[in-house]
Amino acid sequence: MSETLTAPSRAPLGRRIKRFMADRPLVPLIILLVALVVILQIMRPGIVNERWIANTVKFAIPLAILAGCQTLTMLTGGIDLSVSTVATMSAFVMASLAGHYGAPAAIVIALIPPLLIGLLNGVGAGIFRVHPLIMTLGTGLIGAGCLQVYQRSVIATGTKIPDFLTWLGTGLTYGFPNALLLFIPIAALIIFTLSRTGFGRLLYAVGDNEKATRLSGVLYGQVIIALYMASSLLAGVAGLLYVGLIKAPSSLSLAEPLLLPSVAAAVVGGTSIFGGRGGYTGTIVGALILTVLTTLLTILQMPEGARRILFGLIILLVTAAYLRIVEDR
Amino acid sequence: MSRLLRRNGWVAGLLALFAVLLVLTKIIQPGYGAGDFGSLARAGLPFAFAVAAQAVVVIAGGIDLSVASMMALTSVTAASMMNGASEEYALFVVPFVLAMGFVLGAVNGILIVVTRVPDIVVTLAMLFVLQGAALLVLDAPGGAAAEWLKASITGTLPFPFLPDAVTAWLPNALVLLVVCLCVVWIPLKRSRLGLSLYAIGSSELAAFRSGVPVARTRIIAYGLAGLFGAMGGLSLTMSTGIGAPIPGPYLMASVAAVVLGGVVLGGGRGGLLGPIIAVFVLRLVRTDLTLMAIDPNVTSIIEGAIMVAVVMFGAFIAIRGRPA
Amino acid sequence: MPALAGRHPRLQSGTIEDGAPLTEELILDASGVAKSYGAVAALRNASLAVRPGEVHALMGANGAGKSTLVKILTGAIHADKGDILIRGKRRDVRSPADARRAGLVPVYQDASLIPDLDIVSNLRLTATPVEPFANWVKELGVPDLDLSEMARDIPLAVLRVLDLARALAVEPDVLLLDEMTAALPANLAERVLDVVRRQSRAGRSVIFISHRFVEISALCDRATVLRDGQTVGVVDMEPGAEERIVELMLGAKIEKQRGFARRQASQADAGTRLSVRNLRVGTKLADVSFELKNGEVAGVVALEGQGQDELFAALSGSLRPSTGTIEADGVPVKFSHPADAIRAGIAYIPGDRTEALLMHRSVRENIALPFSARFRNWGPIGMQKERTIVGRAIERLQIDTRAQGEVQRLSGGNQQKVTIARWIAADARTVLCFDPTRGIDVGTKREIYRLLRELAGQGKSVLFYTSELEEVQLVCDRAIVIFGGKVVDVLPAEIADEAALTRAAYGLPRNATADVGILADLPATNGAAS
Repeated sequence: MSETLTAPSRAPLGRRIKRFMADRPLVPLIILLVALVVILQIMRPGIVNERWIANTVKFAIPLAILAGCQTLTMLTGGIDLSVSTVATMSAFVMASLAGHYGAPAAIVIALIPPLLIGLLNGVGAGIFRVHPLIMTLGTGLIGAGCLQVYQRSVIATGTKIPDFLTWLGTGLTYGFPNALLLFIPIAALIIFTLSRTGFGRLLYAVGDNEKATRLSGVLYGQVIIALYMASSLLAGVAGLLYVGLIKAPSSLSLAEPLLLPSVAAAVVGGTSIFGGRGGYTGTIVGALILTVLTTLLTILQMPEGARRILFGLIILLVTAAYLRIVEDR
Repeated sequence: MSRLLRRNGWVAGLLALFAVLLVLTKIIQPGYGAGDFGSLARAGLPFAFAVAAQAVVVIAGGIDLSVASMMALTSVTAASMMNGASEEYALFVVPFVLAMGFVLGAVNGILIVVTRVPDIVVTLAMLFVLQGAALLVLDAPGGAAAEWLKASITGTLPFPFLPDAVTAWLPNALVLLVVCLCVVWIPLKRSRLGLSLYAIGSSELAAFRSGVPVARTRIIAYGLAGLFGAMGGLSLTMSTGIGAPIPGPYLMASVAAVVLGGVVLGGGRGGLLGPIIAVFVLRLVRTDLTLMAIDPNVTSIIEGAIMVAVVMFGAFIAIRGRPA
Repeated sequence: MPALAGRHPRLQSGTIEDGAPLTEELILDASGVAKSYGAVAALRNASLAVRPGEVHALMGANGAGKSTLVKILTGAIHADKGDILIRGKRRDVRSPADARRAGLVPVYQDASLIPDLDIVSNLRLTATPVEPFANWVKELGVPDLDLSEMARDIPLAVLRVLDLARALAVEPDVLLLDEMTAALPANLAERVLDVVRRQSRAGRSVIFISHRFVEISALCDRATVLRDGQTVGVVDMEPGAEERIVELMLGAKIEKQRGFARRQASQADAGTRLSVRNLRVGTKLADVSFELKNGEVAGVVALEGQGQDELFAALSGSLRPSTGTIEADGVPVKFSHPADAIRAGIAYIPGDRTEALLMHRSVRENIALPFSARFRNWGPIGMQKERTIVGRAIERLQIDTRAQGEVQRLSGGNQQKVTIARWIAADARTVLCFDPTRGIDVGTKREIYRLLRELAGQGKSVLFYTSELEEVQLVCDRAIVIFGGKVVDVLPAEIADEAALTRAAYGLPRNATADVGILADLPATNGAAS
């Protein structure tokens, strides 16, 4: 019987390192990020400059928002694979309406379909208990189908990206990407929600021990529906920002390439795919790491296939490693 | 007799549904005939193999998200190997690709058993890895297929002793499907291994207590899924004549058809026949929608909605079936 | 490696009444068996010696380590220490299949047939010959079994008989029956006992685990008694052995001085808080009625699996009762989710801490969990207010919060205190405590006793299931004894000593002594329970 506290100082070194990694995942992550940048600089001397940094941040932001969707859902042991479709959808709907109704109205309308998909995801995962992975994959397919039908009906009117979104997506002010104006409040809101609100507490709690939350009177379905609606809304916002960055308003696979990296960024950032552990700051660093890694792979002329294999292996290995850390204690 | 009906009621119901849909098709399109049925069978072939792969794993209590990527990888591998090669070379390619599918599937199982990461995460990661590997083999649709392979799923087989009117409704694609599945599934189902598959899906504890090697059985289940996936990949190459590295919509379809086919998510119940019929039911629904001149995109929405509804229904049944 | 029978002194204490000479060949000889789960020792030093042709009872109170020993013998888990000799040869039983090959075949408490396979396939899976199996099934009193029936469609009682027949069909040297008769109707149980006797006459051994003394005294030759993971004695079953076994199971506790946390007189009777009438839940809880008063701690005493789990689940909103009513403060209530029970002021503290705690979250978040549950509290948390409330609860329970970061780093006792602190912070009016002191240290136990009494002192009510009978007199005002899904006795604390509770829990009448004559009228009790 160990009725005394196991003081950290008495644990063996390996265990202590593991515990440290589990408690402060940010430190090794930042070290990894810096190491990747240094490698990049060595391979291409001079590549790392102010403009490159601003550019990297610019591209990391939409990814970080989508990875935020994964972080939130993963905290409860779920995942949201419909984010890429949702992001594309909001971007396309907005672009198709902007010319006619003006940007503000178009943006508001464009966020309605994401909320509906989120509702469907939440009902499927929270009430019917379909595994979120399957559920969001399915709604993603339905969403993509709807988008194609919608595209037919608006093909004549054309698409337009409001100048405001282009400015937000691509512009720099004093060397800082304008997208930070949107991202910093979003990140602050997510971080605040996770640490200082009842809803955030419940996300961790549900992912940690669903049975315990049930015994404490938490209605699982309610939490999950709210969560997936929030996730879809975030994905919708990310889509609006991304279309301003990429400037391809009529593409129906706009955000598709971001899906796998968004999952990988959350996993690399220390959020456990089993739920209950992780946070958004780690995810932001994870998104930066993946953006730099992509640059690195491009410089190495790695084909797209190798990139996917690498990302797949990262998800598997990091998950297995976290499992070991959790199990050993 | 009543038990036979009770136990196979689901499959019988599906068959009846399929028959009703066929009649409906004939009403919508009076000219619908054996030829159209043949193309239905051909189009359903890759779906059927995907579903067989998924069914084996789900019966054993797991799930395989990598099935569509497995098909893409095996398809491009076969297509690129046969590109510019002789007709005879294909005789080597087919068993090679099948073996590759089995091994890669078993890797799924080994990773699940060894890392103890849940099946859903492992196969998700493998989905990406296999997809990436497919892109490395061929970065755009291409390659070729041996003529005899392509021919083997077109037309009908003239069965002796059977009138033409009957053989016309037995397209080669369907015959090939039945033969491939039977060669693997029937000996398996009769063996102790087959029982073990059902056992670990039904109750892992009871299986362990009955002396079933749980880990080994699980690995074999995923290996078999890989094998069926490879058959699916080959059938893709056979019907298109090329290999495409981007996976088709087979994952969602396979899960939906498995559930519709009476295999309970969570394991232990069901067989291969139900899911295969379910595939053709879903395909026929699509045909009917197309025949009714509905926009193909709307058709995919309806199809997707049916699949999601089926999966939700399946999950709902799984919750209610769980002992309190 | 030669068998060194003398190397492990089978028992250090002098309580063995084993008359067997060591030279006699034993069919099964396990000694020094130990098994720990993390910091919790399930078995410390267990031994079990079975002679050929004997029916050997394995006895012990809840949590004494019976089921762990059974699992080790049958290869389901692996022992940390100890030797298992089968027919004098050391065997490393690594899996159930191994045990089967060594001639040791168990019939577990919960059926081990694969639910989704028919009987024939189940037999094939375990390589059991069909012919002898079918014969045994007939012998056991199930005449018209259809072998193509799915196991899941067969009633539980019959399944257990089939499980037994499957074990008998391979002619095991040692048959291990874990609570075999518990789920059986009287006529089937009688057949089972008959078959066991015949096994023994045929020179085969049976290890028999049961909560029913009648069966054990009627059937067994000897009994090995476990307490706290140790074998404390081997008793020859002769008249009067029951008392000896009860003594061994309770150990020195009978004489133990009870100097701490003495129960204070209850507050004045302040009306009925909960009223349960004719409650029937699932298959185990048949018909239970009782009342819980304000300011009362009522103990629930039962052997394992008598329906107490279902009772607590129904009262906390986790399970829906099939019949019967629950009234809170005189108003009928129906719970479809624990949230409903919590709204009615009823909180449930499960026996297994891992069911209640967010192991990776902080002490504070764990205690504050119920606050965030309702939708209107999903917004920003008033950190100052939360800190005050949580701080007060922590202080009241004296939780050691040096390891605040994650609850999993707390000791077991402190973890248990967190589960209780949660509901003190939430100010629940009624607390359902399911074995809260299992596996925690004496000091913490004492604090929990004090706390429960304090709650009662404030007019709150506590329903307290315990597997440690001595706690009843320390904490409770009354003891409600459940056996076979029914309340068989309600004892006021004054007379609810361990001996009285043990008798009542085994379904024995209140003032039974060691007199064999009284045991004679037991079958009636037995029949009622089955």
